[in-house]
Amino acid sequence: MKDSQGTSGLILNEPLLWEKGKPGRHGFSFPRRDVEINELNENLIGEGPDFPDLSEVDVVRHYTRLSQWNFGADTGMYPLGSCTMKYNPKTNEKQANLPGFAKAHPFLSSGLSQGVLKLMFDLKGFLSEITGMDAVTLQPAAGAHGEFAGMLLIHAFHKSKGMKRTKIIIPDTAHGTNPASASLCGFRSIPLKSNEDGILSPEAVSEIMDAETAGIMVTNPNTLGLFEDNIREVTDIVHKRGGLVYCDGANMNAVMGIVDMGEIGIDVLHLNLHKTFSTPHGGGGPGSGPVCVGKHLEPFLPIPRVVQTNGKYSLSEDFPDSIGKIHAFYGNVGVMIKAYSYILSMGPENLKKASQLAVLNANYIKEKLKKIFHLPHDKPCMHECVFSDKFQKNNKITTHDMVKRLMDYGFHPPTIYFPLVVNGAMMIEPTETESKEDIDFFIEALAAIADEAQNNPDRVRNAPQKCKVRRLDETAAARRPCLSG
Amino acid sequence: MKEISELKLPENVKYTEDHEWVRPADGKARIGISDYAQDQLGDIVYVELPDIGSTFKKGEAFGTVESVKAVSDLYMPVGGEILSTNTALEESPEWVNGEPYDEGWMIEIKLAAVTEPDSLMSRDAYIELLKG
Repeated sequence: MKDSQGTSGLILNEPLLWEKGKPGRHGFSFPRRDVEINELNENLIGEGPDFPDLSEVDVVRHYTRLSQWNFGADTGMYPLGSCTMKYNPKTNEKQANLPGFAKAHPFLSSGLSQGVLKLMFDLKGFLSEITGMDAVTLQPAAGAHGEFAGMLLIHAFHKSKGMKRTKIIIPDTAHGTNPASASLCGFRSIPLKSNEDGILSPEAVSEIMDAETAGIMVTNPNTLGLFEDNIREVTDIVHKRGGLVYCDGANMNAVMGIVDMGEIGIDVLHLNLHKTFSTPHGGGGPGSGPVCVGKHLEPFLPIPRVVQTNGKYSLSEDFPDSIGKIHAFYGNVGVMIKAYSYILSMGPENLKKASQLAVLNANYIKEKLKKIFHLPHDKPCMHECVFSDKFQKNNKITTHDMVKRLMDYGFHPPTIYFPLVVNGAMMIEPTETESKEDIDFFIEALAAIADEAQNNPDRVRNAPQKCKVRRLDETAAARRPCLSG
Repeated sequence: MKEISELKLPENVKYTEDHEWVRPADGKARIGISDYAQDQLGDIVYVELPDIGSTFKKGEAFGTVESVKAVSDLYMPVGGEILSTNTALEESPEWVNGEPYDEGWMIEIKLAAVTEPDSLMSRDAYIELLKG
């Protein structure tokens, strides 16, 4: 292979801000006083906060250095499974920075906010069209918040029918936040094992779907990167027995414009705009987790809602069955603008093509590496593929060791030890962002690491060598976390 | 990770397929996870145990164990009422790694049926299970 991307270039250390600066140093000067001196009310006098005294250059260098320790999709390939770390086109930022959007304020009257309200109204329509669902709320701030809102909607639906249902079925291939969201809403999670093909069997669902069960939370495609082939039968069983079907749409990047979620029997679906629709992710900014529902759940959606009357847009709270407000104001509007920009830049055909390429890329990696790494489910995958460390364990090399070594080659590690149903899982999601050359380079790097695991295992065990820091003490960090500066 | 021959697998406990162990005595029993389980999980950072006085059936989840890799449920090897829990694990979860059968015990129960542990696996049967 060509030279590794990783080098041991000069990276500067940087202390905490509290360890920098000197008393009296500052970053700006007050303007000359142009009013009379007025004594401060004594009740307002007290000790100031414990902030260090710093100059402007102290602060700029501090944050620039920290940013240089970082690795993001703008730096290189970031194949973190189930996170869809695709590249975020810069045009999204440009649109969100237009003064009409950037300077909008939630306290402005709707008459002065027609542009942003129209954008939100139209975005709901686009998301409906892309998913095949009837109605949308943009309020939830992230995926798990969307799941929680979805659970509240399901609860509200059953309550309106005079039913009390307390259980939710959660397959072992669902996202880890699903049972947490269900519990937070007061439901009891009933775990369900997937079958030997890594998907749900309708018989297993049928066995536990009873009159006390409010519904099922499926992740589709699931966390093994597999499409739930039996989804139609599963949703039929759940519906026949009075339940509803929640779909975790975090993996929507595999099926945009391809699967009609309403058609396959989904009642509630959340989307992650910060995954599928290319808005910044993780430390890069706030998220957004819109929830899409079928017609029968629309009355319960959160308020306020953007409505249109005679070509004018306004916010309405006049929905008596609503579950209420779930976010201050209307959610993270800046994120919505970026997703709207992405959807319009791509258009329907290219959104579909993005999904097709994401799936093709994952299958290419799966086929190229399946002889080198154990592949628990050898069948076509969706946008991500899951290997394990079964072959490398013979040399006492674990998934953890190999992904640390991958950093030396200049790649962000994939998701590891998840899903739990695969021992030593390594979950790779390349997304549509990467070119064939970059994917080949990634494959070569992983193949080289498998070779090292065989012939030079200590090199893998002692990785990373080229990162700013070596292996961190994850155990001490979890057992004795230091949470203050 | 340990080879099967390196695992501590005492004779005086019974084992389950979910890798818990039970040590019965006088109608009561102590319960924890096996050396194999702790080795697979990696460094344990948190153990969540049930309230004293609560009752669980065989197979029900009585708590969770969190390692640097994952969070896993703990399942009752046999049914019974919780008499005490190892509160020392709150401060020192590492005992589950170091001494899984002694200082790393998790709960003590009053057995719902005194003979229930007899149906679980002996050391030899458990080794066979681990060999697959």
